Amino acid sequence: MKFGVVSFPGSNCDDDAVFAATETLGQSAVKLWHKAHDLEGCDVIMLPGGFSYGDYLRAGAIARFSPIMREVAAHAERGGPVIGICNGFQIACEAGLLPGALMRNAGLQFLSMPVTIRVEQAGTRWTSLCREGQCLTMPIAHGEGRYTVDAATLERVEGEGLVVFRYVDATGEATEAANVNGSLDNIAGVRNTAGNVVGLMPHPERALDPLLGSADGRVLFESVLAAVHA
Amino acid sequence: MIPFRVSVHIVPRKGLLDPQGKAVADALHTLGFGAVRDVHVGRHLVIETTAADAVAAEAAVREMCARLLANPVTEDFAIAGVAAA
Repeated sequence: MKFGVVSFPGSNCDDDAVFAATETLGQSAVKLWHKAHDLEGCDVIMLPGGFSYGDYLRAGAIARFSPIMREVAAHAERGGPVIGICNGFQIACEAGLLPGALMRNAGLQFLSMPVTIRVEQAGTRWTSLCREGQCLTMPIAHGEGRYTVDAATLERVEGEGLVVFRYVDATGEATEAANVNGSLDNIAGVRNTAGNVVGLMPHPERALDPLLGSADGRVLFESVLAAVHA
Repeated sequence: MIPFRVSVHIVPRKGLLDPQGKAVADALHTLGFGAVRDVHVGRHLVIETTAADAVAAEAAVREMCARLLANPVTEDFAIAGVAAA
């Protein structure tokens, strides 16, 4: 299976995403430059973390107009798996691939720390090997991760089960203290209706080896591999 | 076509938590400006463009706001001024 990692000017987790696909999963991966017009036959697309275009205007706002995003949207429309991690999540929201927006953290500080998230939906391409209620530990590193939607959309997002991950405490409870960036309903990640596009603020590609603190991120990549082969 | 300078204010949508505005309001209170009730921190953009007339210039900038300059989920925008440049 071939993974494509989109490199925008300012992306800084693209190498980690390639590492996840190649070293962890043993699959092939290529970086796709943001000005490219084709996905080089990739089966899975990853929008990595970073600060695309310096986060000018708003995080992700300008990256979504990169030429490659038209191809990414078409891939998503065809049901192809797409994941947006951190800045990639912000880009996916700006591009309308996912509902909502990410705003400045409620505490105003850039947060770089491990968090625990609870899997709310095992029905996506990226969580197919997870168990609902399963808790995963992985790092966050963002200044604008406060998930926000308008009231009507929130009703739909919650009602249709589009919330994939929530920030929780060590016991798996979605408490206010665990909601480190002040996201609505502790939302850490969402999916599209079809379940092939998932975005999240935490970094699964930085949690692939116990040596680095956690290997809980692997299950997302193993899930997409299983889902595509299924 | 006539050159215009169109200025736009973009602010966080009313009712959404605006931690930046709150931090500024708190600092103003500390400085003794106790009358300050609320602060909203946004962006001010000046767009130099050309259009047939002021109405067309404003309409174009409104579309720019809707499509790129403001996030429809989290921000409101207002045209602050349209002037021949």
